[in-house]
Amino acid sequence: MATATAGAFVAAEAPSRRRGARLRRFIRRNPTLFAGGAILSLVALVALVAPLIAGDPLTMQPAQRLRPPSEANWLGTDNLGRDVFSRTVYGARVSLFVGLSVASFSVVVGLFIGLLTGYFRRVDAVAMRLMDGLMAIPAILLAIALVALTRASVMTVIVAITIPEVPRVVRLVRSVVLSVREAPYVEAAIAGGTPVWKILFRHILPNTVPPLIVQATYICASAILIEAALSFLGAGTPPEIPTWGNMIAQSRLFLSRAPWTIFAPGIALAVVVLAVNLLGDGLRDRLDPRLARRM
Amino acid sequence: MLAYIARRLASTVLVMGIVGVFVFLLLHLSPGDPAAIIAGDNATPEQIAGIRQRLGLEDPLPVQFLRWAVAVVQGDLGISIFSNEPVIKLIGQRIEPTLSLALTTLIVAVTLAVTFGVLAAWRAGSWIDRSLMVVSVLGFSVPVFVVGYMLIYVFAITLRWLPVQGYAPLGEGFGPWIERLVLPSIALGLAYVALIARITRTAMLDVLAEDYIRTAKAKGVATAPMLLKHALKNAGVPIITVIGIGVALLIGGVVITETVFNIPGVGRLVVDAISKRDYPIIQGVILLFSGVYVVVNLMVDLTYTVLDPRIRY
Repeated sequence: MATATAGAFVAAEAPSRRRGARLRRFIRRNPTLFAGGAILSLVALVALVAPLIAGDPLTMQPAQRLRPPSEANWLGTDNLGRDVFSRTVYGARVSLFVGLSVASFSVVVGLFIGLLTGYFRRVDAVAMRLMDGLMAIPAILLAIALVALTRASVMTVIVAITIPEVPRVVRLVRSVVLSVREAPYVEAAIAGGTPVWKILFRHILPNTVPPLIVQATYICASAILIEAALSFLGAGTPPEIPTWGNMIAQSRLFLSRAPWTIFAPGIALAVVVLAVNLLGDGLRDRLDPRLARRM
Repeated sequence: MLAYIARRLASTVLVMGIVGVFVFLLLHLSPGDPAAIIAGDNATPEQIAGIRQRLGLEDPLPVQFLRWAVAVVQGDLGISIFSNEPVIKLIGQRIEPTLSLALTTLIVAVTLAVTFGVLAAWRAGSWIDRSLMVVSVLGFSVPVFVVGYMLIYVFAITLRWLPVQGYAPLGEGFGPWIERLVLPSIALGLAYVALIARITRTAMLDVLAEDYIRTAKAKGVATAPMLLKHALKNAGVPIITVIGIGVALLIGGVVITETVFNIPGVGRLVVDAISKRDYPIIQGVILLFSGVYVVVNLMVDLTYTVLDPRIRY
């Protein structure tokens, strides 16, 4: 007990200077990882506390329509007199939610299919042809078809974006499984009579984690872009929800009179996607040096 | 060689078949009655029953699929619900603007990207190389429609150098046609340029480190032929591959670009079909665009054997 207290005391005394130096070194060595992570954390924080910092994104004030940026409306108002700043802040919520959901769903589904196809040769041929077919359909069009067939909602959009992303994960996982399943320790496990599920989850799955984390960030970026594109085309989230794509779609006719109505959500979108991509590049450099050298 | 082409063709047909199954099942397995979906929101029960009868929706699924697939192979993509015209005819009316946009973008983007990538690899670490990094990061992050509206705002609204939007058929003269394609092609091509230039740079860097490049330099080959004949030709395979894969970016982007710039092409056809829930049109355009993608990648595979005679399958 006494030693533990003493240890804690030493750690506390060893000034936070050392922690600061370590942080600085981390930033110097991983500038993209840090930049992407910092921007994203800031955006996520803003999205979380949206009700505290942004006004009402929905109230229409027709008398106040298309006002340029001012002290009352930091980013001006749109054609229905709604506050562009509030709508942009609330839009971050939908974008981040869709990005994270699509990334996690496609990783889970793709991981499952990829492990099975990589390990069981009989499943492989059939599953990979199916994936080839799915990959040949342009993601935006597949999502348009799915959304057109069902009622528009955030959930439909997430499913519609996830489906075309799954084959990418499957291919990645399968390639890792194929290279690992011949490794001596896997053969040893098979020879030792380890059950298949244990080989898959204990011995093979951990190898897929680093490349999957990198892939998941890229999927998140692409999902945010596709969601915005779908909303922009009128095939995404219902128009009454303030999303960046919806905002741009609804302001299209006012580009020359009120450019801020388009550029505020547009720039927000670009910055968030940029941050996710930077984060992905940084993670790739740290987790997957083989891939990093190729790019 | 012939056997390889035959095998490759067969797998292309197989992939298209799978695309067909997906597109078909999408309508039939999605929640709700396909006839009600096709009939639209304001249809009467009689209209829905009529559609069910006309499409043979009472038959077993495999029978329906075969009937549909045979029709598609014969060029019958169904009838538009809204305009009652054959989908293939509607696509035919809209194909020129889309082809113009896609081809100008493809030509300009590939030329620019390969030049950019070669120069960046040749002078790795220079300002050309660093500006390529900036372009590629931006190209992957700024969405097509945001780039499009920025271009319109700067070059059409503020500077008034180019028309804001629209399309002029090539038949009415080259000037107006190309004038209206400049901004859309830049917006659509940015991501494509980023992708191809980055791969070109990587592939060139690998090749430039080879012994035969040093030999070429040592025996006094001038820089341009060294870069183009000795290096670029050998870096060709990954570049061609990514040009083929990137066509998917172009296809998705066409739909968005045509909406931003008000170009009456196939992309607009499909976007207009969303709000009318005109599913046969969406289905037809998906089949068309997937077909283009698959055929382009088939051609890419076949050019490997020309580019690199060592590749034997």
